[in-house]
Amino acid sequence: MTVMVAGRAVRRGISAGRVGAVLGRNVGALRSGPAYWLVLLSGFFEPLLYLLSIGVGVGALVGAVPVGGRMVDYAVFVAPAMLAVSAMSGALAETTFNVFFKFKYARTYDAVLATPVRPVEIALGELTWAVVRCLFYSVLFLGVMVVLGLTSVGGALAAFPAAALVGVAFGAVGMAISTFLRGWQDFDLLTTGQFTLFLFSGTFSPVRDYPAVFEVVVSVTPLYHAVELVRGLAVGPAGWGLLTHVAYLVVMAVAGLWVASRRIEKLLLV
Amino acid sequence: MAEEPLIRARGLVKRFGGFTAVDGIDVAVERGEAFGFLGPNGAGKSSTMRMISCVSAPTAGELRILGMDPVRDGVAIRARLGVCPQLGNLDTDLSVFENLTTYARYFGLSRAEARRRAGELLEFVQLADRAKGKVEPLSGGMKQRLLIARAMVNDPEIMLLDEPTTGLDPQARHLLWERLYQLKQRGVTLVLTTHYMDEAEQLCDRLVVMDGGRIVAEGSPRELIGRYSTPEVVELRFPAGLDAVGKLEGVGERVDALPDRLLVYARDGDAAVAEVHRRGLEPSSVLVRRSTLEDVFLHLTGRTLVE
Repeated sequence: MTVMVAGRAVRRGISAGRVGAVLGRNVGALRSGPAYWLVLLSGFFEPLLYLLSIGVGVGALVGAVPVGGRMVDYAVFVAPAMLAVSAMSGALAETTFNVFFKFKYARTYDAVLATPVRPVEIALGELTWAVVRCLFYSVLFLGVMVVLGLTSVGGALAAFPAAALVGVAFGAVGMAISTFLRGWQDFDLLTTGQFTLFLFSGTFSPVRDYPAVFEVVVSVTPLYHAVELVRGLAVGPAGWGLLTHVAYLVVMAVAGLWVASRRIEKLLLV
Repeated sequence: MAEEPLIRARGLVKRFGGFTAVDGIDVAVERGEAFGFLGPNGAGKSSTMRMISCVSAPTAGELRILGMDPVRDGVAIRARLGVCPQLGNLDTDLSVFENLTTYARYFGLSRAEARRRAGELLEFVQLADRAKGKVEPLSGGMKQRLLIARAMVNDPEIMLLDEPTTGLDPQARHLLWERLYQLKQRGVTLVLTTHYMDEAEQLCDRLVVMDGGRIVAEGSPRELIGRYSTPEVVELRFPAGLDAVGKLEGVGERVDALPDRLLVYARDGDAAVAEVHRRGLEPSSVLVRRSTLEDVFLHLTGRTLVE
């Protein structure tokens, strides 16, 4: 619904313009100096270095591994996982560190909430920005994969939207988590959690090689679904079964956004 | 029929858990006036301001702003308010100019309009030469002026200022007061909180004195002084150990003992001083001054404002 206020239209529901304004603030901040660009770059190199050292390096010792009934090079197996990890880390870095800082220390959102912008619009704007960052990594990484012959151009094009979904899901959940963090010390917990997911989500070895109990545990964690989806699209086999992973990530995104906007409202609009 | 007040509160209450910050206040602010909430820290001023800013829902009572309900119509109301917060929350990642253009975008202004407005406002608050610079190196007074400029990007009908000059040096305060006065001349309704008496006297047409979440007095600065104080006040200091209070009975209309001095409220200050000397008392210092809102506050609450 739109009402006219002093000659200007003010939307009562979720306004794309206001979400865009929240996003625009971050674009403006990009111009503030080289610091942010350095952070951006390091986020790209980390998964690339893992791909080269483990995927290609250790892969030379491992040889071929089975993916969906056919044998592929170990690097081909690891690369989509690194893409998923890179999408996760990119989105999380934005919605945890940066959102937490703006939320708790810079008090950026207090200023924003004094305007017509609503909590859910802040959450959507920040999430969109996180996904932009995650897509920046994904494009570069997919480029590297194609150049190294780890996926086809078609595979890369199919994996790209999947990486975006991974970014949306982890970005939303990360934002929800940020609203619960008490201080910087809690980031150690978050980092440990993230690293555990990184190691044990079918990233470096097929999940069915894990002990049975462990396999069940892993199959309920988020990065597993991200890896399986991206790998299925980039390497194969693509099938309707992948929709389970899509559904899992969509639920993460919706739940994360809902919790994040409720928490912003509860903590800042008191 | 008279126009509905821009802001109207009846029995307005704000509680945080078991703590009552605002305890049933009635307020009406008319278009074009400068209205003040005066009181010490913890009096409930900021909680009241947050409710008026539509970022804090009232616990009980009625609140209407611009004829609308702040809980239901928060978005539409905030579009017409300018909020200058006490906690400086300027964006340190952005330049001075971008702080304004970014903020303008939250209100739905186009990019071109945002830039035009930012340019004008920086002129108005005398920061045009700092437009490209960062926020961090600005002085306290400059930051406060930038906050005021930011609060004006949407051309608000009501400006809400929470302690606009706290922590500023006298020169910076006067520059700020002058700008706020110009705003008022333009027809913007000003609502401010302060614990500075001189600020309230300078800026406010009408004010309420708050203490412990309640309104203890209401009126123009002159009315309040006339009602609760005498035209003049004599400040007397005595050498340590001398109990002069008992000997001052009947001098002036009333005597208040503060830890460091005695205040004698009198219609005629000089006559009161003469009477003090006639009684053989020899204060170490004597100051006769006009009564201020500080005296009103002391009288109403038994406490000074700035401890």
